[in-house]
Amino acid sequence: MDDLLAILNDLYPDVDFTAYDARVDGPLIQSMEMVELITAIEEKFDVEFPPSLMGDPDHFHSAAAIWELIRRLEDE
Amino acid sequence: MPRINVLEYLDESAARLPEKPAFCDDSLRLAFGELDRRSRAIGTALALGGFCGEPVVVFMGKGPAAVSAFFGALRAGCFYVPLDEEMPRHRIELIFALLQPRAVIYDQSTRAALAGLDFQGEALCYDALLETPIDDIALRKIRSRAIDTDPIYVVFTSGSTGKPKGVAACHRSVIDYVENLSQVLRINEDTIFGNQAPLYVDACLKELYPTLMFGATTWFVPKQYFSFPLKLIEFLNEKRVNTVCWVASAFTMVAALRILDELRPEHLRTIAFGSEVFPVKQLKAWRKACPEARFLNLYGPTEATGMSCFYALPNDFEGDKVPIGGPFKNTDVFLLDEQNQRVEQPNTPGEICIRGTCLTLGYYADPARTAQSFTQNPLHGRYDEKIYRTGDLAQYNETGELLFLSRKDYQIKRAGYRIELGEIESAAHSVEGLHAACCLFDDAKKKIILCYAGDILRADLNEALKAKLPQYMLPNVIHQLEALPLTPNGKIDRNGLKCSMLNA
Repeated sequence: MDDLLAILNDLYPDVDFTAYDARVDGPLIQSMEMVELITAIEEKFDVEFPPSLMGDPDHFHSAAAIWELIRRLEDE
Repeated sequence: MPRINVLEYLDESAARLPEKPAFCDDSLRLAFGELDRRSRAIGTALALGGFCGEPVVVFMGKGPAAVSAFFGALRAGCFYVPLDEEMPRHRIELIFALLQPRAVIYDQSTRAALAGLDFQGEALCYDALLETPIDDIALRKIRSRAIDTDPIYVVFTSGSTGKPKGVAACHRSVIDYVENLSQVLRINEDTIFGNQAPLYVDACLKELYPTLMFGATTWFVPKQYFSFPLKLIEFLNEKRVNTVCWVASAFTMVAALRILDELRPEHLRTIAFGSEVFPVKQLKAWRKACPEARFLNLYGPTEATGMSCFYALPNDFEGDKVPIGGPFKNTDVFLLDEQNQRVEQPNTPGEICIRGTCLTLGYYADPARTAQSFTQNPLHGRYDEKIYRTGDLAQYNETGELLFLSRKDYQIKRAGYRIELGEIESAAHSVEGLHAACCLFDDAKKKIILCYAGDILRADLNEALKAKLPQYMLPNVIHQLEALPLTPNGKIDRNGLKCSMLNA
């Protein structure tokens, strides 16, 4: 989880991702940052995001939700 | 008969296709007939209120309703100034100070923000304006006096001194642009646009006016879909979108996330991109996914009414850089060197200069800055002829096409937005507890880096900037330094700082 938080803070240095939730705080991730985020996660955790997940804001609304997704991908 | 006013397009399409959807989003579909009716109700209300030949600020959420308010302002013989619901208060105050508007149209999404401003003019509720009984005799009288050099809009771009610059365009320039652009993009009545550009930048002219002119349809794509590209492609397919004019980064994002392997945009036939470089790898992925589509690179400054140059990619395009090509019909684009001599030989850089009907009226209420950028054509002094000096450097390739090189100054492009680094520095300097600030741009990573010296904490500075700058101008990275490096003559050593920051 710390690795993920580091990646997120690299993109948005001044957001506290332990508390941030897009469903409450409003959308944050802009389109080009999404590319960076996915690329960084794929490298760090050695996973590959299936494109089908890229259409679903529900998987990306908070650090916890993204972490959940990474663990699922790692298991596959 | 040459056209005088863009409303002629609306009049004709509303008479011909009253039931056909013109502008749509997920909550509202405005057909041409209803769009026309709304514009006339709003126009009547403004005329009754005594507004004429002046700016009408449209401070509304993005969507079909805002578009109808634009045309309502034009019906009253005014010009519209689109503002964004998400624009920070400080920026709106600067814009209001420059415009001195007497009328602002708002909706539910902006009611509170407008009430929080020190605005002395009339705040007009969009929904209430629609109730006005239409007075066609008054509207016809206003139109009979219209001429094609009347302003149509003012849009704001970043200004290096910290104040946004308002670029005012006239009907004639928009008509000239839209008619020539539509030929190049091959727009017709069957065109269905998927719009990405915000309404407060001139990029949205590409959808608004061809839609009116041909009786086509524009769908506004929800903004968040540009972060969740599978939804984006689903949307394009569901609405049968066949024409898109987006910033290159929107296309890049879809390709970089490998969406095109999963789902193909089925109906796209015209794909226009611009404002930034389209990486060749991602471009290839798009061309593979849409083999039947035409791909066009567009280039142009706000000061010359939208786009000035285009390049239609040939099927066998190979090359690592897409040219910006050559000018639209009735526009002249040429290069000048530092001695103001025309550059015609290939591979020699020069400043892109533009002349033609596309030249806008200049910067609103700012004759000094207008005179700096809109100058007498230096190639002759025999009669009055203005050119616009873009500050962009380009060169011709061996086949005579223009290739964009870089900026002459500290203007940058990020996600298609034109940004003056000076405006960010100026916003930072106005924050208490900060002694010096310097803003850099990492071209490779497309990141804005702000370095500063002072007592204020990074997070506090970030918060303060959020209240002053639109989201797209906020620095990606903020560094606090003991002091900023200086050059021997005491200026901030921008190049030195850039070297040390980017190589750190």
